[in-house]
Amino acid sequence: MPALLLEGLARHFGEREALSDVSLSLAEGQTLVVFGPNGAGKSTLLRVLATLLRPHEGHVRVLGSALPQEAWAVRGRIGLLGHEPLLYRQLSARENLRFHARLHGVGEARVEELLEAVAMAGRASEPVRTLSRGMVQRVAVARAVLHDPELLLLDEPYANLDPAAVELVRPLIGAACGHTRVICSHDPSGGLAEADMVLGLRDGRVSLVAGAGDVESDAIAELYR
Amino acid sequence: MESSSRHPAGSSDTKHRRGGALDSYGKGLPALSIATVVVITIALALVFFYAPLEAEQGFLQKIFYVHVPLAIIALCGFVIGGVFAALHLRTRDSRWDMRSYVAIHMSLIFGVGALITGSIWAKGSWGHWWVWSEPTLVSFLIVFLLYATYQPLRFAIEDPESQARYASVFAITAGAFVPLNFIAVRLSTAYLHPRVLGSTSNLPPRMAFTFLVSLLGMSLLFVTLCKFELTAKHVRAQLRALRRLTDARAGAHSSAGWAGEAPRRRPRSAAPTQLPATRMSAHITGRPGS
Amino acid sequence: MSARAEAPALGERAEQPARTPVRPPGLAATVNALLRKELLVELRTLESVPGMSLFAVTTFVVFHFALNRNSVEGDLAAGILWVTLLFAAILGVNRLFVADAEEGGFDGFLLAPVDRSAMFLAKALALLAYLAVLELVAVPAFALLLLGPSLGQSLPGLLAVLALGDLGVAVIGTLVAALAVRTRARDLLGALLALPLLVPVVIGGARATAPLFSLTHATGPPGRWLLTLGLYDLVFGLIAFALFDFLLED
Repeated sequence: MPALLLEGLARHFGEREALSDVSLSLAEGQTLVVFGPNGAGKSTLLRVLATLLRPHEGHVRVLGSALPQEAWAVRGRIGLLGHEPLLYRQLSARENLRFHARLHGVGEARVEELLEAVAMAGRASEPVRTLSRGMVQRVAVARAVLHDPELLLLDEPYANLDPAAVELVRPLIGAACGHTRVICSHDPSGGLAEADMVLGLRDGRVSLVAGAGDVESDAIAELYR
Repeated sequence: MESSSRHPAGSSDTKHRRGGALDSYGKGLPALSIATVVVITIALALVFFYAPLEAEQGFLQKIFYVHVPLAIIALCGFVIGGVFAALHLRTRDSRWDMRSYVAIHMSLIFGVGALITGSIWAKGSWGHWWVWSEPTLVSFLIVFLLYATYQPLRFAIEDPESQARYASVFAITAGAFVPLNFIAVRLSTAYLHPRVLGSTSNLPPRMAFTFLVSLLGMSLLFVTLCKFELTAKHVRAQLRALRRLTDARAGAHSSAGWAGEAPRRRPRSAAPTQLPATRMSAHITGRPGS
Repeated sequence: MSARAEAPALGERAEQPARTPVRPPGLAATVNALLRKELLVELRTLESVPGMSLFAVTTFVVFHFALNRNSVEGDLAAGILWVTLLFAAILGVNRLFVADAEEGGFDGFLLAPVDRSAMFLAKALALLAYLAVLELVAVPAFALLLLGPSLGQSLPGLLAVLALGDLGVAVIGTLVAALAVRTRARDLLGALLALPLLVPVVIGGARATAPLFSLTHATGPPGRWLLTLGLYDLVFGLIAFALFDFLLED
């Protein structure tokens, strides 16, 4: 059973079509990388898959459950890392993670484990507003994988991270973690390297969908012209 | 829209909506208008020539035949607006939201009329433009103040779907508030003043009859005006859909997106503009899967 | 280093076929988690409660000058107290969802496998807590600054009325705060929406409190008004609870 199955997905905001006739299928454990210029609908797609936005048309099946009817069955099995870190700035990293852990029924031991894994244990008691962007991103990664989700939805995950930090989070959200992943990326070569499947979006429509082996980075660069 | 996640494009569901949406609002409008004019004319005739002059208040009392129907219909309109809003939330069909908006909008206008006529009557009967001792008038003022925030609320939310949803939540809450408010105010007002404005139970038959005809006329007026407004909005929505269609066909580069439409965009209004009909454009061009 | 030594272990963990199933928290646990977070944020920022309390005390001073009275009693006292509490409450209502809206907190909650009504319950309980602290400051201040008759005997009755009134304000306040938070003029709209909706609470509260503030012997609050307040709380509690989810989704 595919991890993701989309047929004719459409989502509009008022009169603007953010996504139009998006169809694809992604097997378990594989990585889909989504390319496209700003405003192409990448973040919207991610939010629909995360059950935060209802699909307006078409069929969507995530991890076997149809959206939006069975969205409740899928929450808790998805980890989203979007543009917003989803952390309360006045609370510390530890307090934020504990809050999310409680919401997902996860124990506190896991919180400490992840703080260690992203090398934030030392500054885990300071308010998030005092942390640098890179540190906030690391804590956000920890938040996204806290509940050990089967599907990871990552919107430019390495954006604010220096190379050392990238290495830190790789085991959690990189190819080795073994989970199904959907990644939005602006980096044609790096993104392509991680991908099993490639999706190119332009103005909410599918410009390109293929296995990673069949795609050249030129084709991806085309999307941005 | 929402239901099409279960019924892919081209199903009987969308076809039915397409056919129905084209002529659902304009139907019956001429007949309704004529009926309204006729009944109101009759009512006016009755008010001036048939209903007896009331002993204490004289001619001024006749404003009762305008004021009370206006108030009753406005209140019913608010509650109906709440019911339509509940239907909107349940079915996610934006036509219900449009109906809810129009019902509330029209009730607000009728409500202003009720307040003005009530004020005139109060001045004529008791010498004051406003009286706190009349619970109906007072509760009406509160209800009116509440619904006056409906349009600012809508106008302040940009995304049309969110706007419709939030407005529906408000309309349901406010609709439930109307009766509760009346109870509370009624309880709080001293029973010292005779309730001349409200009671219809002990009216002499000629007055009662005139009142009922008036009420009927006002109801028809309300429904007719609502239908006019719904039809006008519907036509405008279809026009916009067609315009966007011709833009797309003329090859206007759609990546201009929002900005490309800017010169043609109507000034923002609080009124709901979304209709399933706007989705029709896709079906017209026969694009699959939209 | 410890992070790298941990890394393969975490990677392996993810691939193990037998993953301990995680039980999503029930309604009570979710409300608990949300409420703890709310109160923690408020304790850190002290955004709402001190402001509300200070506003109330200042308003009493303003009333003294506006009415040119040294002491008030009966209807006038009840009115001043309730109006002040109402306006102070609106200040708190305006801030109720701001932190969540600005810091993407809704998404974090919406992604969790929890009952979404928990958000309404938690926020309403938080607002109730803020109102309780507000009254802890405002009522003694009122008794000190403006109230003529002594509170002593009528205190239990007053607490009962305040409790019922606070419930109504919490329910309506939470609903209105959620309605207003995504709009542009959120502070203004919040007040405009809340005030008419809370008129019955003011009516019930003030009418019930007036006899408690009378110079003649203090009797208990009239049952009729307690009933009205209770009915209002029940009806709007249910409505707000039912409708709240629609404000969260997209």
